[in-house]
Amino acid sequence: MVDAVPLFRMEGMSKRYGGVQALDKADLIVRSGKVHAILGENGAGKSTLIKIMSGVVAPDEGRMLLDGQEVSFASPAAANVAGIVCIFQELSLIPDLSVADNIVISNPPTWLGMIDRKAQHAIAMEALQRAGGADIHPMELVKNLPLSRRQIVEIAKALARKPRVLILDEATSALTAADVETVFGVLKRLRSEGIALLYISHRMHEIAELADDCTVFRNGRRIATYPAGSKTGDEVVELMIGREYSSVFPPKLDTVHRSATPVLEARDLHWMQRLNGISLTARAGEVVGLGGLDGQGQRELLLALFGVLRGVSGAVLVDGVQRVINGPRTAKAPDIGMALIPEDRKTEGLMLPMSVRDNLSFAAMSQISRGGIIDRRAESAAIDRMIKLLAIKMASPAAAVGSLSGGNQQKVVIAKWLMVGPRIILLNDPTRGIDVGTKQEIYALLRKLAAEGAAIILYSTDYDELIGCCDRVLVLYDGAIKRELVGPDITEHALIASALNIDHKEAVA
Amino acid sequence: MTTDKLDAPATSRTNWTSRIDLPVATAFGCIILLLLVGSLYSPNFLSPEYLLQQLKVGAFLGVIATGMMLVILLGQIDLSVPWAVTLGAMMASAATAYGPMGEVFAIPFGVLCGVLMGLVNGIGVAYLRIPSMIITLAVNAVAQGLMVAYTGGFAPQDSASPAMRYLAAGTILGVPNAVIVWAITGAVAVFLLGRTTFGRAIYGIGNKEAAAYLSGVPTQRVVMIAFALCGGLAAFGGVLLAGYAGKAAQSMGDAYLLPAIAAVVLGGTSILGGRGNYLGTVAGVILITLLQSILSVMQIAEFGRQIIYGAVIIVMLLLYGRERTGR
Amino acid sequence: MNGLRYSLAEQRGMFLALAIFIIMFAFYVANHPAGFTPNVVQTAANKGVLLALVAMAQTFVVLTAGIDLSVGMIFILANCLASYLLVGTPPMVALGVGGVLLTGLACGALNGLLVIYGRLQPIVITIATGAVFFGIALWIRPYPGSADDFSSDLADALTGKVLGVFPASLLFLILLVLVIWIPFRRSVIGRAVYAVGSSEPAAYMSGVPVMRAKFTAYVLSGLLAAMGGLYMTFFTYSGEASLANGNTYTLSSIAAVVLGGVSLFGGRGSAIGAIFGALAFRAIGDLLFVFDFDPLWQPLFQGVVLLLAVSLGAARLFQVRNRLDLFT
Repeated sequence: MVDAVPLFRMEGMSKRYGGVQALDKADLIVRSGKVHAILGENGAGKSTLIKIMSGVVAPDEGRMLLDGQEVSFASPAAANVAGIVCIFQELSLIPDLSVADNIVISNPPTWLGMIDRKAQHAIAMEALQRAGGADIHPMELVKNLPLSRRQIVEIAKALARKPRVLILDEATSALTAADVETVFGVLKRLRSEGIALLYISHRMHEIAELADDCTVFRNGRRIATYPAGSKTGDEVVELMIGREYSSVFPPKLDTVHRSATPVLEARDLHWMQRLNGISLTARAGEVVGLGGLDGQGQRELLLALFGVLRGVSGAVLVDGVQRVINGPRTAKAPDIGMALIPEDRKTEGLMLPMSVRDNLSFAAMSQISRGGIIDRRAESAAIDRMIKLLAIKMASPAAAVGSLSGGNQQKVVIAKWLMVGPRIILLNDPTRGIDVGTKQEIYALLRKLAAEGAAIILYSTDYDELIGCCDRVLVLYDGAIKRELVGPDITEHALIASALNIDHKEAVA
Repeated sequence: MTTDKLDAPATSRTNWTSRIDLPVATAFGCIILLLLVGSLYSPNFLSPEYLLQQLKVGAFLGVIATGMMLVILLGQIDLSVPWAVTLGAMMASAATAYGPMGEVFAIPFGVLCGVLMGLVNGIGVAYLRIPSMIITLAVNAVAQGLMVAYTGGFAPQDSASPAMRYLAAGTILGVPNAVIVWAITGAVAVFLLGRTTFGRAIYGIGNKEAAAYLSGVPTQRVVMIAFALCGGLAAFGGVLLAGYAGKAAQSMGDAYLLPAIAAVVLGGTSILGGRGNYLGTVAGVILITLLQSILSVMQIAEFGRQIIYGAVIIVMLLLYGRERTGR
Repeated sequence: MNGLRYSLAEQRGMFLALAIFIIMFAFYVANHPAGFTPNVVQTAANKGVLLALVAMAQTFVVLTAGIDLSVGMIFILANCLASYLLVGTPPMVALGVGGVLLTGLACGALNGLLVIYGRLQPIVITIATGAVFFGIALWIRPYPGSADDFSSDLADALTGKVLGVFPASLLFLILLVLVIWIPFRRSVIGRAVYAVGSSEPAAYMSGVPVMRAKFTAYVLSGLLAAMGGLYMTFFTYSGEASLANGNTYTLSSIAAVVLGGVSLFGGRGSAIGAIFGALAFRAIGDLLFVFDFDPLWQPLFQGVVLLLAVSLGAARLFQVRNRLDLFT
């Protein structure tokens, strides 16, 4: 049934950030009692769209209509009052306040101007119940909760605001499979209560299970809207990236040195119940993928190998010799030659206000200096080489890295580490949030580095990337390797099935 | 908010020959404005003698602010400067009392005491991860306690060594030695910040310590050394001040904490760390020195000086000191 | 009861400060020649209340993850102003008290506006406003002194003993906690202050009135600092624009706040903790006195205790298993 006036619509929405057109005359119609999935690559404009809807950023042009009336939101609070509530990907919970405090934060019950703690407790209990988090104590501080529980609190907080439009931005990314089931139950009930749900996720099977309508965004524009289930997976992917998918990945040439000692070997790594006995090898010329749902210990494994974690038990062997790696400084030394492209380039990879030049040479200081004094000529030579190798696009090497596009920023992170001349390259989801063109270049670069003899360990949340790039994929579940897929066995089906660690019938749903 | 900080400023190190950034230009503009205003009052303000005299007076603050700048670039603060200054002055003067050998070692000894004090700060901040505001406050209290106990609470009787007097009050070819000392200190700082791995590490840590650590920078050691340098430079400033005045005095350093921070910040260095260049600090020091001097030459009463001093700093900060990001 | 466990955890910092205070004070009284008499308690309370008030003032701003380096100067300004305004008949004195407190509010409001609308870092801006406040104090009171017809009735009442045993200054402090702190802590704006201090982006995203919260914190800080200055006048019957005193109170307030378990990163702690922190800090200083140490050692002893207290917090480092967590 299509009612005459949709609950919410936006028209001609545009937004620029500096030189980037994040949204370009986008439009969207949201109806009550439906789950509307928004698909698109990272950087397609989805997050800008929902930030505008929820009052976090103001659009440059365009209008929004709620119940047919034009509205505009000066702040998230204003959007909440109008009934539009967003659960953000970056959690919006306040760590030092209790769960109950957080749930009622924007509109606490008061009595004579004071917060009525009893009423607050009751509201929180009810909201937690509805969100499937009845086991969470309302007085617990949010910072003491694990990520998946925080996500439940986040949903409870949204429910306590009595939303008419509820936006979920990758709301399930931190959840375990069991939690996802709970949340889906909650969402389906909300749909039957007449709430409009806007659901943003990269997990195709989740969308297939939940969505009524789908809209695909690309380069800041709405490309297509269609009823869920009316298109095949390949068609959807083509809509998202705008070209044939298979062409993205370079051919996998077999460059693995099988006979030689593995460059890197880990034996039975344990760390705080997050790593539960992981053993792996990586040979020269090999790209080893890490798969599985997000948060199954992949990030910790890379950090453990790089020496960032304390109290890791087990052994790490480099060239067959056991080594103690107690920090990035040891890891990057020439005799080990390890590099880590970290997960979050903004906080762990780059110094955004600093220049491209300073960022590039930061890890390779020992290569371009003598006695602590920088050899400027060697520095510029190395930097020029890297800029050329990765085709980094920028105004000048003196420009701030923060002024570059996401893809070029990621190239700077990778180039910064290639300057060290690493033999073992660990990558933590290196293509997250960057455009397809740059992704393609990065894939080609990875194959090239492998062909030159580097051992590469690639963690990716994008299954297609694992399929297209890796010689071998280790699927992690709960801090342990559940399955090893080699060569042609690396298929989406196999990856998803082993990632969920449940039998095949359920996984395909 | 987590949108890309696309408008993030580009300045990062001391390649000021190719680009003068806005805060530094503003600070120098204000200096010229101050001189012009002063010259309306008395033409003496534009005479070389007066300007040289101002540089000389500013040199003490300049040396102290250099150390403060290193720490502020890290995104930290050193509130122990007052007693590091006094410690340096008193210890150097005390050493002088120990005969000829004492005279020779007076300056190094004073500076060394400051370095040790800074080292305690540095260990606290880098290895124990105590907020710098707190640990430096505590170390300041300890140093004060030590000095009060040592001197008995009175002005110490020891006087400055001839070398200290020469360094602070002498001249070479008409140029005050203090100015030369500051120039050398500044040159070393510019070299350190712009041309060494240590300098790069300081900017890197000030921007994102996690990223610097993951890049293999020994972040803890760098932070510790920066604090030690700050302590040493503050004590050196104290040594010079003692040489200038002839002897050390209780709480002689109190008047230098806030001007040092103000000079660094007015020079465009971000109080959050990672951004700023030494030329800006030079401008900030001159600006503050001139401001104080003009206010006193104009015979404005102390209260008026305080008010104008504070108001000018507020206005200048409003002009360009806005932070683009919160904590 | 489960809820109790969480309540206790919330107050842990305060209890630690309370424990330090009780130990220090017990030591002090046990070794005091006069022993545990109302007079001894009164003297101690009177000494402690000044710093306690300034520490409370500092707490409000620190909770927002800011810092107010002008509290000492507002304190001095209020002291100088009060030495003029506390004159004549009781209604006039009341008017004078109102004037002093309003001045404190205005100073706090200025800080708040500059931080919020000037988007300036509190640590820098309060240094500058502190200079202005001190300048004004020096202007109205260039030399220590007081008005000729200074009325000491109120001062005597608020610094004496109630019913001959209980120190009035302590009662005043308790009253302030009940009238200002508890309502603040329980109010919507109080929660907003905690939220802003804990995570400003999250608070903004959640629709918390960020600006109003910060402004309230600075205004209350100014008010409390002015009360401290007022109390100073009650003790001395005069005003003095002393730069050293102002700086000492500013720095001691930070020490007291930290001892009292208020996190400098914002969002955690309470003014009650800060009050105990202040009393403990004062008691530490007095401890040497009863042991007949040369008073010259007092600053050193205070410094060492402060150093040890702040180093205790480093214990958590041994639990950190992911080195990246060190940088957050």
